[in-house]
Amino acid sequence: MSEPKLLKLVIAVLHRDIVASLRRGSEWSNPLVFFVMVCALFPLGIGPQPDRLADLAPGILWVVALLASLLATDSLFRGDFDDATLEQMLLTHQSLYPQVLAKTLAHWLVTGLPLSLLSPMLGLLLHLPGEGTVPLMLSLVLGTSVLSFIGAIGAALTVGLRKGGLLLSLIVLPLYIPVLIFGSSAVKAAIEGAAYLPQLAMLGVFFLGALAFAPLAICGALRISVDQ
Amino acid sequence: MYFNSVSELFSMSGHGSYVWFSYGVSALVLATLVIIARRRRAAAEQHIRALVRRKDATTSN
Amino acid sequence: MSISSTFHKWGSPRWFYQFSGRLLPWLAILSLLLLVGGAVWGLAFVPADYKQGNSFRIMYIHVPAAAVAMGAYMTMATAGAIHLIWRMKLAAMVMKAIAPIGASLTFLSLLTGAVWGKPTWGTWWVWDARITSVLILFFLYLGVIALHQAFENRDAAAKACAVLAIVGAVNIPIIYWSVEWWYSLHQPASISFTGESTIHPSMLRPLMATLCGMYLFFGWLLLLYTRIEILEREKNTRWVQDLICGESR
Repeated sequence: MSEPKLLKLVIAVLHRDIVASLRRGSEWSNPLVFFVMVCALFPLGIGPQPDRLADLAPGILWVVALLASLLATDSLFRGDFDDATLEQMLLTHQSLYPQVLAKTLAHWLVTGLPLSLLSPMLGLLLHLPGEGTVPLMLSLVLGTSVLSFIGAIGAALTVGLRKGGLLLSLIVLPLYIPVLIFGSSAVKAAIEGAAYLPQLAMLGVFFLGALAFAPLAICGALRISVDQ
Repeated sequence: MYFNSVSELFSMSGHGSYVWFSYGVSALVLATLVIIARRRRAAAEQHIRALVRRKDATTSN
Repeated sequence: MSISSTFHKWGSPRWFYQFSGRLLPWLAILSLLLLVGGAVWGLAFVPADYKQGNSFRIMYIHVPAAAVAMGAYMTMATAGAIHLIWRMKLAAMVMKAIAPIGASLTFLSLLTGAVWGKPTWGTWWVWDARITSVLILFFLYLGVIALHQAFENRDAAAKACAVLAIVGAVNIPIIYWSVEWWYSLHQPASISFTGESTIHPSMLRPLMATLCGMYLFFGWLLLLYTRIEILEREKNTRWVQDLICGESR
């Protein structure tokens, strides 16, 4: 396939997926609502003292954003699987790799990116020190994209199963750990006045690695799920 | 032997309960894995025997 | 013999069943000898550690369990890759057989680690880099087992687990390295020694024995479970039915 054609395919899939999820609404708004609600539970659970919350805020915000992204992942291929679009994607001779890449990117654009943009507001609620706001957003932008790719592998593996949701979190959560470690550490480092670029650079490395290799695993997993 | 008596071997100057518990649980887990294998093997054999009996019954009729 | 014909022979469940049958008693005897011998040696004959006292004797079971659990995951991922690439059915059976054994050994190493931690560090659980890594390994095993159970179709289950095991194996170095890095940031001062630095050479010999014993024991269990898988999957073939019911029926 020639390059412009490939690019056209990617853009077409991206456009279709983004429009579809924006039209449905719940797909992009539910993770955000979840993010806000769970963050609001923490002060109720551990007490309202600002200094204590500030201490825990980087970890809380990162863990909750991770869970919100995880919950959104389940629906990544579900719709296409149910209406047999996925089967068609596999049958056509157009290569699967760019389509999967586009679908995952579209998913990140409607879930991960809004989560990252909303995070400063939740940082305020949890008394996150001001120095942490920008690193929080940057680390979430990079980190949630990696989470989307890893989550897509799990979603592709479980899409054919009736009770996929909880299983998906079991198989995907251990793989999220490196992203969580470097993401929350970037925010903490910034608050302590240390350099946070190394952590962001690591997240960037993870992103490039996921970009290169995760679609391979996703394609393989989709074939298995559709063939069974 | 490093210890002077059997009772010393059991008490291990206070650490005995930890050490012996670890070894006990380990033996238990490893033995359980073997026992599960035995049971599954017996069940599989029984299943195959039933299968063959059914097959023989249908072919002899 | 050429490589491909060796491969085909190894891939034949029947040949594997017969070959492993001859191996089983040797593995059983040797592994039990090494495990029991090494344990008795480590429990009763090795002098106590001058820092930890007698609690270090847990090492002779903890370290082999952790090492074999790690190796087992890599073996599982390799078997998964072989199954996906060459569509070898035997590899799928090996993969399915490893998951529960590996998970049990990981659990064992976590438990013995906790029990070892109480008298040495004064607490049951420490978020130490190595313990945390083993905990994550345990989660990875549980994920594979849960995924396998969720599928009704056996072939799809094997393939899906193969993909997950490979993804996990690729991620393990990254996870371990991240956890090491994370731990170096938060290293608490209370843990002043690591395992190796205080180990005297004479203490290592029983460890070698139990380590080899645990590897052989794992091999024995792996063969036992794989043979059961073979019987269950090939139950409709002539050779399995002849084997179980005798040829003279």
